Amino acid sequence: MDFLTGVAQWFTSSANWSGPDGIVVRAISQVELSAAVIAAAIIIGVGIGFALGHFGRGGFVAVNAANAARAVPSLALLTLLVTWPVISLKGSGFYASFLALVALAIPPILTNAYVAMRGVDAELIEAAKAVGMSSWQRFIRVEVPLAAPLAVAGVRTAAVEVVATSTLAAYVTFNDLGDFIFAGLATNDAVESFSGALLVAGLAGCTDLAFLGLYRLVRPASFRSTPAVSRVATRSRTAVA
Amino acid sequence: MFGPLLASSSPFIDWTWIRANAGVIGNAVAQHAELTGIAIGCGLAISIPTALLAWRFHWTRAAILGFAGLLYTIPSLALFVLIQPLTGYFSLLTAEVALVGYTLLILIRNVLTGLDAATDEVREAAIAMGYTPTGAMTRVYFPLALPSLFAGLRVATVTVVGLVTITAFIEWGGLGQVIITGFNLYFYTPIIVGLVLSMALAAIGDATFVILERIIVKWRRVEA
Repeated sequence: MDFLTGVAQWFTSSANWSGPDGIVVRAISQVELSAAVIAAAIIIGVGIGFALGHFGRGGFVAVNAANAARAVPSLALLTLLVTWPVISLKGSGFYASFLALVALAIPPILTNAYVAMRGVDAELIEAAKAVGMSSWQRFIRVEVPLAAPLAVAGVRTAAVEVVATSTLAAYVTFNDLGDFIFAGLATNDAVESFSGALLVAGLAGCTDLAFLGLYRLVRPASFRSTPAVSRVATRSRTAVA
Repeated sequence: MFGPLLASSSPFIDWTWIRANAGVIGNAVAQHAELTGIAIGCGLAISIPTALLAWRFHWTRAAILGFAGLLYTIPSLALFVLIQPLTGYFSLLTAEVALVGYTLLILIRNVLTGLDAATDEVREAAIAMGYTPTGAMTRVYFPLALPSLFAGLRVATVTVVGLVTITAFIEWGGLGQVIITGFNLYFYTPIIVGLVLSMALAAIGDATFVILERIIVKWRRVEA
């Protein structure tokens, strides 16, 4: 009970919230880092995944990218980049963290985007061809809206992973919520590390919920934007589910 | 700090360092494999009965998957620290409870997917052949779920091998310790050794289950 009282006191102490090493500043910098990473990973991962899916090429690489990347320990990638003099700790660890996290986030996004694009009902693509759509129109007006929900599901997985792993950025001097955990572990301050862990877990949970919201938003939107195929699409979707 | 100087003057892979520290590296690999093995074993022992429960009593499914999903969302470093007050500071139990926690969602979901493959026709056939409910489970439904279970074991093993490196921050870590040593010395070689050996362990774990599946799930070969 003493321990939990300590944690409660830690959270109610205004000194822990304000200042350059406070919760607010550190939470913002962690969100900024994660947002930059996710944005970059979406552009690269969805771009390549959709393109490969649309043209039906590189399937083996695209499908196995996520599995192969899972085996790469993020800690090793992060520390390796820091040890590389070109990157080192430039930007207070931002560049090394950014690159390591982007490398971590691209594969699951790419794999899901590819699978989503390949999963678009072949009959719908035939129908789009039949009504005279060009390859580009088909891509933008049929394939992308229908592939969006599954692609967003991949982004959600990656986003939670990125926020989780951005905690490690604190180990390479990036000033984020992970600092509370590392500082607490280094000084045997169990209250500080526990409180930091609560904050990090909360941030990961919020990220998960935010992308769940986006996922739900994208689902109906994909039907609204292509009313002509909505009925067929609904039927094929329920068959899949 | 002499660190950066050392890094620029040392070759990418310093074999002398590797030879001099072969014993330490070997121990790290052994600890890494052990931490992974225990986590997968315990994860499997918990996941199978839990998945059967969720399958048999459908109303428990959402709660079980929800709890496992919540565990899976908590960042690994945070989870180690959060359970420490209960499981002991820097203890093996802390490392293992968290690692097992991450296997649960993957394994339970895959067993359930596999069990769901038992369609109505399969169930009717099992009943028609005179299987008792328990007999049908052990002789029909569960064997049908094995390919999906093995797929889950492969993903879980690769995931856990990666997560074990993070336990270095609670004084375990296997190859994670080697990686951290490299970081502290600003020295590539230990980091690359940790990276390569950890990926090798993941590949070996993955291959082990591919082979085990070939041996156990014999009917698959006939299909293929």
